Amino acid sequence: MATMPDVRKDGFRLSMLLYDTRYRSITLQVIFLVLFAAAAWWLIHNTVENLKALGKDFSFGFLTVRSGYDINQRLIEYSSDSPHWRAFLVGLLNTLLLAALSCVTATVVGVLAGVLRLSKNWLVARLMTVYVETFRNIPLLIWILLIFAIMTESMPAPNAFRGENPASSMLLFDSIAVTNRGVYVPEPLFTRSLGNLDLGVFLVSWDLLVIIAVLLACVLANRALRKNAETVQNATGVRPVTWWKSLLIFLVPLAALKFALGFHLGLPELKGFNFAGGTHLRNSLIAMWFALTVYTGAFIAETVRAGILAISRGQSEAAAALGLRPGRIMSLVILPQALRVIIPPMISQYLNITKNTSLALAVGYMDIRSTLGGITINQTGRELEGMLLMMLTYLVISLVISMAMNLYNSSVKLKER
Amino acid sequence: MAVTFVRKEMLPQQPPPSSQVGPVRWVRENLLSSPLNIFLTLAAIYVIYVIIDHVGPWLMNSVWNAGSLAECRQILAGESGACFAVINDRWRQLLYGFYPSDMYWRPNLAMVLLLVAVAPVLFDKLPRKMIWFSAVYPFIAFWLLWGGSLWLPLAVIAGFAIGYAVFRGLSPMTNGALAVIAGALAALIWWFVAAAAVSDVLQSVIPLGIAAVPSREFGGFMLSIIIGVTGIALSLPLGIMLALGRKSDMPLIKMICVGFIEFIRGVPLITLLFTASLLLNYFLPPGTNFDIILRVIIMVTLFAAAYMAEVIRGGLAALPRGQYEAADALGLDYWKAQRLIIMPQALKISIPGIVNTFIGLFKDTTLVVFIGLLDPIGLSNAIRADSNWNGIYWELFIFIGACFFIFCFGMSRYSMYLERRLKTDHR
Repeated sequence: MATMPDVRKDGFRLSMLLYDTRYRSITLQVIFLVLFAAAAWWLIHNTVENLKALGKDFSFGFLTVRSGYDINQRLIEYSSDSPHWRAFLVGLLNTLLLAALSCVTATVVGVLAGVLRLSKNWLVARLMTVYVETFRNIPLLIWILLIFAIMTESMPAPNAFRGENPASSMLLFDSIAVTNRGVYVPEPLFTRSLGNLDLGVFLVSWDLLVIIAVLLACVLANRALRKNAETVQNATGVRPVTWWKSLLIFLVPLAALKFALGFHLGLPELKGFNFAGGTHLRNSLIAMWFALTVYTGAFIAETVRAGILAISRGQSEAAAALGLRPGRIMSLVILPQALRVIIPPMISQYLNITKNTSLALAVGYMDIRSTLGGITINQTGRELEGMLLMMLTYLVISLVISMAMNLYNSSVKLKER
Repeated sequence: MAVTFVRKEMLPQQPPPSSQVGPVRWVRENLLSSPLNIFLTLAAIYVIYVIIDHVGPWLMNSVWNAGSLAECRQILAGESGACFAVINDRWRQLLYGFYPSDMYWRPNLAMVLLLVAVAPVLFDKLPRKMIWFSAVYPFIAFWLLWGGSLWLPLAVIAGFAIGYAVFRGLSPMTNGALAVIAGALAALIWWFVAAAAVSDVLQSVIPLGIAAVPSREFGGFMLSIIIGVTGIALSLPLGIMLALGRKSDMPLIKMICVGFIEFIRGVPLITLLFTASLLLNYFLPPGTNFDIILRVIIMVTLFAAAYMAEVIRGGLAALPRGQYEAADALGLDYWKAQRLIIMPQALKISIPGIVNTFIGLFKDTTLVVFIGLLDPIGLSNAIRADSNWNGIYWELFIFIGACFFIFCFGMSRYSMYLERRLKTDHR
């Protein structure tokens, strides 16, 4: 017969707060909360006292004041008469532009390098190992400064392109000029432009919107076509040929659009002391973009390599036993599984790129850190508000990116139970 | 029917075809196995050729003795060549910043002792007694680098001794937790109230010490290593605490840890460093002002700790649940279970991530240039602005990059060694 030990019925004692596991966690949390609240109160109290001593108040009113400084790279209308919040917006857009450009190119470089590092070709694999190890083990800041120095110190000045027998010539059929003042690339021009859409804060070109809409429609149509082909294949076992239909779906609307808008490229030309026409990519943008690409590319290469290696050999052997060709094995068996391993670390690489754009300060790229966190703070003396706003902005960007990528991740994730 | 021919003896073995052995086979398999492979090989050879063609002569013609870039170019007389004279001229600055040159023995000694102090941590074959030196090393290093009175680091060490004495004295009389709290309190009181005064008094009675060097004279790789090593040493325990806090059952502690980790991971390190240099004066009582290097170390540590916490959380999550349950079944309490069962395994799983965080932290020490500290990059900017060396960049960045490469590559190799050594599965 089992005996139950007598449960002591004497009431609550103070020492139970520390020794009884039922109460201990509550005690600890209360102590922690008190300490935390005290620290927070201490910090806020100090801040209030310090602000009072300096004769400052805490307000974001400075954002509507005239900024009085120029920004050399702007995606939206901005002048020195614009208010500070507009400078902030210009900086934010520059940050996002740089981050988006770098994410795309770093992915391309990284996937290529990662796959090549696993190549059977000994020489290529070694070469990629050297690339990955060199770029991973040297700080990003050195790469940024080095590329900026190469651009400004050893590229030809615009006047080297002048004359009958110029010292330098433009690349790609005279369309791209690499100078020590930056890179000039062709710009898209529209003879029958549709004008701009005024969003209140900034203008968006209708041409761009129409192009995006048409491209989206093409993609959707193509998807419908492929889905149809798949139903036919499932029903009859024979997949209808789709490649020329896909080609038509993309080419015809785009050709029509090009004609309707009168799309052509505006080439950069040497006028006076400098190039005119075309889009001017400043050295700061080039240096940041290139450095972020090759640096993060090395990290992404490692991620991709690890992802592919994580798929057990049995998978590729099973696929080979089923009679799949090597290319098919890669695209149908290895990559879909490797992608699940690759995506989560890839998210953090994209976040790293976004955060590393803040190094733009080193080469004078006008990102949010240089506009809001630099000149605006210096001019208005609002360090506290400016830094808080900036941190909040980075936080929101990071959260949005990780949320979007997590959504994508859960869509490709293995569905279990 | 007679058998016409029966072979009685084996034929002598033929050597394999020449295309299937030795270097020929290796080349055929690894470089020329398919058209794509041949193309890749040719492309790789071309890339290597271009690099050697450019870099070879440039390195061969290096000039090591010259006073300025103009002089270098004069010596080279139009040939392509590196001007490493800048390194020869400025390597002291790049290594030590503006540290007084007659005291270089101090950082040198600190560096040598650092190697002695980390050795028992890195390699468990060394005698365990050496760990005591590692424990005292931070005080020795602080005293050697910053100089000043010897009594200050001694007084700080005395705090630990006092705390321990109080703990030992009280533990027979009361229970463990109270003794720990009393010991900690005693040490804190000693540090904040008495330590500075006592060390001043002792210094005036028995002056012991070496010349003090202010923080603003620190620079170069010395600064990077100080910030990097301190950050590394502090961020691991802090990261472990944060990771445990995030996995804790107590909602309040979990909330605070999650908030801290996600905030730090969501903002760039630069903004935190600017907070340390610009905003700290707002958050502290009026008139407080503490050392900029210390502020940077705190910020870098907090930053790395948040990443570390996530890495370790990954290790904790990868541990099979049975390990936790087995620890509970053995009747171990929370801290014993963590110390004996969970952490050794979780940390082992997360070694690559931890070392990656360390490497990232060491590389991130270059960002202190933005708040005006003279790390190697800050000094390279200063050197490039000097009229003698205006226009030089490859040589400087190669030197700095190579130094960083040695450290970071060494760390990653060590992590691989450690992983191999701790591997207990039989795959």
